[in-house]
Amino acid sequence: MELFNSESKKIVSDPINVNNPISLQVLGICSALAVTIRLDQAIIMTLAVVFVLCSSNVILSLIRNYIPTRVRIVIMLSVIASLVSVVDELLKAYLYDMSKQLSVFVGLIITNCIIMGRAEAFALKHGPSKAFLDGLGNSMGYGLIIIIVSFFRELFGAGTITLPDGGAGYVLWRIPESWYAAGYENIGLLVLSPGAFIILGLVIWIQREFAGVEEDA
Amino acid sequence: MNFLRKIFEETGKLVEKGKPLSWAYPVWEAADTIFFSTNKQTSKGPHIRDNMDIKRTMFFVVIALIPCYIFGAYNIGYLNALAMEIERGIIGNTIFGFTYVIPILIATFVAGAICELTFAIIRKHEVNEGFLVSCALIPLTMPPDVPLWQVFIGTSFGIIIGKEIFGGVGTNIFNPALTSRAFMYFAFPTKISGDKVWAVGPDGYSGATALAIPANPVEYDTASNLFAANTQFDYSTVNMFWGLIPGSIGETNKLLILFGAFFLIYCGIASWRIMLSSVLGLVFTALLFNLLNYLTVDGILQAGGFPNAMLTITPLQHILIGSFLFGTVFMATEPVTSSHTNTGRWIYGFLIGVLTVIIRSINPAYPEGVFLAILIMNMFAPLIDYYVVQANIKMRLARNV
Repeated sequence: MELFNSESKKIVSDPINVNNPISLQVLGICSALAVTIRLDQAIIMTLAVVFVLCSSNVILSLIRNYIPTRVRIVIMLSVIASLVSVVDELLKAYLYDMSKQLSVFVGLIITNCIIMGRAEAFALKHGPSKAFLDGLGNSMGYGLIIIIVSFFRELFGAGTITLPDGGAGYVLWRIPESWYAAGYENIGLLVLSPGAFIILGLVIWIQREFAGVEEDA
Repeated sequence: MNFLRKIFEETGKLVEKGKPLSWAYPVWEAADTIFFSTNKQTSKGPHIRDNMDIKRTMFFVVIALIPCYIFGAYNIGYLNALAMEIERGIIGNTIFGFTYVIPILIATFVAGAICELTFAIIRKHEVNEGFLVSCALIPLTMPPDVPLWQVFIGTSFGIIIGKEIFGGVGTNIFNPALTSRAFMYFAFPTKISGDKVWAVGPDGYSGATALAIPANPVEYDTASNLFAANTQFDYSTVNMFWGLIPGSIGETNKLLILFGAFFLIYCGIASWRIMLSSVLGLVFTALLFNLLNYLTVDGILQAGGFPNAMLTITPLQHILIGSFLFGTVFMATEPVTSSHTNTGRWIYGFLIGVLTVIIRSINPAYPEGVFLAILIMNMFAPLIDYYVVQANIKMRLARNV
């Protein structure tokens, strides 16, 4: 096992920072807009994506030598789709409220470009342990961004911070009534999808500034 | 003047390159060029010998806005006196109004200056004067009782998202003042969506603005009758022209806006083609809707269920209610975000007029449509220009064969 040498560290840390799937490769935007209205939704979504991406990468990497190139997309899709169904059923069984809130977006993990992209670009070319690390890094990178976006959207848009629990979510902090009485107002724009675009754009701006990424003009 | 020159020369030495205070150069440069024309010489073409640099141009726009400010302040006082049923006199009304206008103005300029200076220092460019105009326009588009922290956030949003992320003055796609207006419209709809009355009055004092009256008719009627039936405010045509109606600070008095328009056209700053064509577009669409309404209501088309009092608003009323004139004179003509070809300007302006009426009349969610129409056309202005230029190239090629 080469789990802890510098190369595998790079496989995990790169997608979280300098090669982030959302903020640098701009993949998986649709779900980043849809599930970032509340923090608890984003956290559950992150867990689901971590599970699906890590498992699909490992499974596909294990069977990579037996997949004919021509039908690889079909096989990748069927593996991913089965894993997503498992997640969906698990959510329905144990977190019913959450699964109702996330509605179709759990099912739509299948179409998340990050998962297909990593399977195609990485899992089919590397061994299972590296593929697992790559899956972990990319899903964490995805999760990090949607958690940041949903934190700001929920805090300024709805005035709460909600953590996931068994039911409809545990409200960790709520903007006190006295603030509203003093004239504070929630920014309604952030609850709408354009608000997610704006926050996401700002996150991308700041992260690229820190990662030192320059795009060719 | 010599005294002033000396101060600037002395302080200029402190911010030269290499000195510890050199980061403050943009601030010094901005202050210096307000009082003196720049002594920089161009080393490469184009060499334009004209005193009308960006700073003077922007100043003329600000001058054109001053009457709107004064009348806006008077109108706040006038409407307040009306609601409180007291007499205050013209001077008293104006002073009362300024106690509302000046805090908004200060909030706007503080937010604008912070954003502009931060970016000027980080990016090491000079302070662009565009923010003066943007910041002078923003308070005029605000209702008088808007909370100041909202103004602060809205202005920062307009300057940063509307302008700085695109690279500053001259490279922005959207009008920064309108961007901040649109942001506030969607972010704080309870305060500024334009359906409730915008006047400073006692608690619980509310009513519908001119734009919202025909949008929510109790029973089907024409817009003119609805205006006449509203007794809280006098929405007669004359009164709407003189601007003694509730609304955003700068938009109500149409005479002063027309004065500003002539001033800007006379100085060669704003394009008369855009103003004229947007009015034409508005008149055309309003007449079309009047006709549509006439046909459906008076039984020729028998569409059934179609009656919509917004469709009966005449073109003149469309021009007088809301902020159409203000938008088309001061916002649509902004040189950076509008079309740059003359044919393009006709198309650009005309579509602004058309979209304004469509958003106002057909869409029940938004009482006012001017700023959305202008923002949409800002987006299409480069495309219009591209096709105008291509058409011209094609025409000349065809002629030459």
